[in-house]
Amino acid sequence: MKGAVASGTRPRATPELRARKRRELVRNLAFLSPWLLGTGLFFLYPLVTTVWLSFTHYDGFTSPVWTGVDNWHYVLHEYSFFWPALRNTLWFVVVIVSLRIVVGLVLGMTVISVKRGSSVFRTLFYAPYLAPPVAATLAFVFLLNPGTGPVNSVLGKLGLPQPGWFNDPAWSKPALALLAVWGVGDLMVIFMAALLDVPRELYEAAELDGAGSLRRFRHVTLPTLRPILGFAAITGVIAMMQYYTEPLVAGQVASGQIGGSGQQVEPGYPAGSTLTLPQLVYNLGFQRFDIGAACVVAVVLFVLSMVFAAFLMRRGSVFLGVGE
Amino acid sequence: MTTTTSQTPATTPVTDAAPPAGTRRQATLQWVAVHIFAVTAGLLFVLPFVFVGLTALMSDQQSLTRDLWPHPFEWHNLVDVWHTPGFGTWWRNTLIYAVTGTILTLLSSIPVAYALACFRFRGRNLAMMVVIATMMLPPQVAIVPLYLVWAKDLHLSGTLWPLIIPMAFGDAFSIFLLRQFMLTVPREYLDAAKVDGCSDLSVLLRVVLPMTRPAIAAVGLFQFFYCWNDYFGPQIYTSENPAAWTLSYGLQSFKSAHHTNWNLTMAATVMVMAPVILLFFFAQKAFIEGVTLTGVKG
Repeated sequence: MKGAVASGTRPRATPELRARKRRELVRNLAFLSPWLLGTGLFFLYPLVTTVWLSFTHYDGFTSPVWTGVDNWHYVLHEYSFFWPALRNTLWFVVVIVSLRIVVGLVLGMTVISVKRGSSVFRTLFYAPYLAPPVAATLAFVFLLNPGTGPVNSVLGKLGLPQPGWFNDPAWSKPALALLAVWGVGDLMVIFMAALLDVPRELYEAAELDGAGSLRRFRHVTLPTLRPILGFAAITGVIAMMQYYTEPLVAGQVASGQIGGSGQQVEPGYPAGSTLTLPQLVYNLGFQRFDIGAACVVAVVLFVLSMVFAAFLMRRGSVFLGVGE
Repeated sequence: MTTTTSQTPATTPVTDAAPPAGTRRQATLQWVAVHIFAVTAGLLFVLPFVFVGLTALMSDQQSLTRDLWPHPFEWHNLVDVWHTPGFGTWWRNTLIYAVTGTILTLLSSIPVAYALACFRFRGRNLAMMVVIATMMLPPQVAIVPLYLVWAKDLHLSGTLWPLIIPMAFGDAFSIFLLRQFMLTVPREYLDAAKVDGCSDLSVLLRVVLPMTRPAIAAVGLFQFFYCWNDYFGPQIYTSENPAAWTLSYGLQSFKSAHHTNWNLTMAATVMVMAPVILLFFFAQKAFIEGVTLTGVKG
């Protein structure tokens, strides 16, 4: 490889060398071609078009008409679901991301400490992560349904309060958080790998110094895990920017209304409490045919995601292997 | 049982789920506490599956009550669901989407990952950044123009094509994972193969591919699961034509058709969950290695 670099930067460009460089360029383009085409067709083209459409009035039938910042004004000032959706997203980011990290870490440490049947526990905690989101959401809407749901049945038998879960605006988000924590398996496995990498000598040294379990956790485990925790936090935030299937299906199933294309269904049942930004794109663009406004939300979503992606590339360059 | 669980998470995790080298004095106590916590948490994680499974076997009348145990067991619910109009078609569509999607993704992503890992060229870092950016992009951002092209220009909405064709153009997440793994192949092997007169393509096929088999297995599994679970794509492109629906999309229409009968909806849920969970049991190792790969530098 060093040889290749040296010959590439050598000042005298013989015809032989130029031919070789051309061959290399052709080779690179050939190997990269699926991705180059894909990026152009499925990333750059739609992105540019989305930005343009956000400044037009377009219902999908007649041609788009340039209307300047009208859509932006409408979405930010008049459309009553935009700010609630953003607030919901913030709630999901704060609660779900932190809960998943804490539970994932606790389960990871538990599985590692269990001497017998550790792989059984790993499988148990990991399996829910694989449940298809629509199936898992349906399962939770059933488990938590206020009428015949097993969870409220058990709570009732114990004389505890029985929340309305997916049918109560105050409880729908906590119910989604439970669903998200149930699927914590991916984080658990990542944390387990990181925990097994913590040098044993560090623990032994801390123990000799008389540090108890709690202090060993604070002063040995946490500092060594810090980078992976940061990675989990940022990827968690990015996942919450894309949070779509679970809240949408939960709202639709709990309300008993399935909103297909072109159907007017009040989004985010109950009372907009499960609405997220990606759902707005669907609601505006595909149910209300207000494509310009849908594109405004899409652009906002794009900017937010890229801010966090930039964060990840900065902080997580170790994991991503960029810029080495 | 619920009372014990509400206490244990608050008191045990930090002190007892401690690093592997436990102190000798409290070893026994800790051992007991860790195991009690693990068993309780394990039960909590399994219970949703258990309740779903039990309800799936209840009679119509019983599923309207608060009973937890089926009486009698109505095994024919599973057969009834299978014979529901559409269910077989959704199964077939999902399988077509997942299998062709996985194959196309692997075929298109492997050469790209190889180029990004093993070739040196200007703009390689920029390319990696674009890969990561596309990976982070919510699919809703680009959906409006893409839908307009598929539906208005190509007249392919209501079919599986808009879901399958993009898979032939490389998937950012797969490229990223494969590239991370390919970076770990020692350069000497590549150089040696080159000296022996191998072309770049045969270096990929004969040296890199055999050495990255675990990563390819993991990426293939991830992509299969992605397609199997995908809800947004089928919702956008196939909702107008029930003959093109996939299981994920069809499943919730199942609920609206049988909205009083949780038993049949849960039976359908079981039949959507079962294949992926079974696949996991057979390919557990490849899977967990793959997840680890996503979080830790290869």
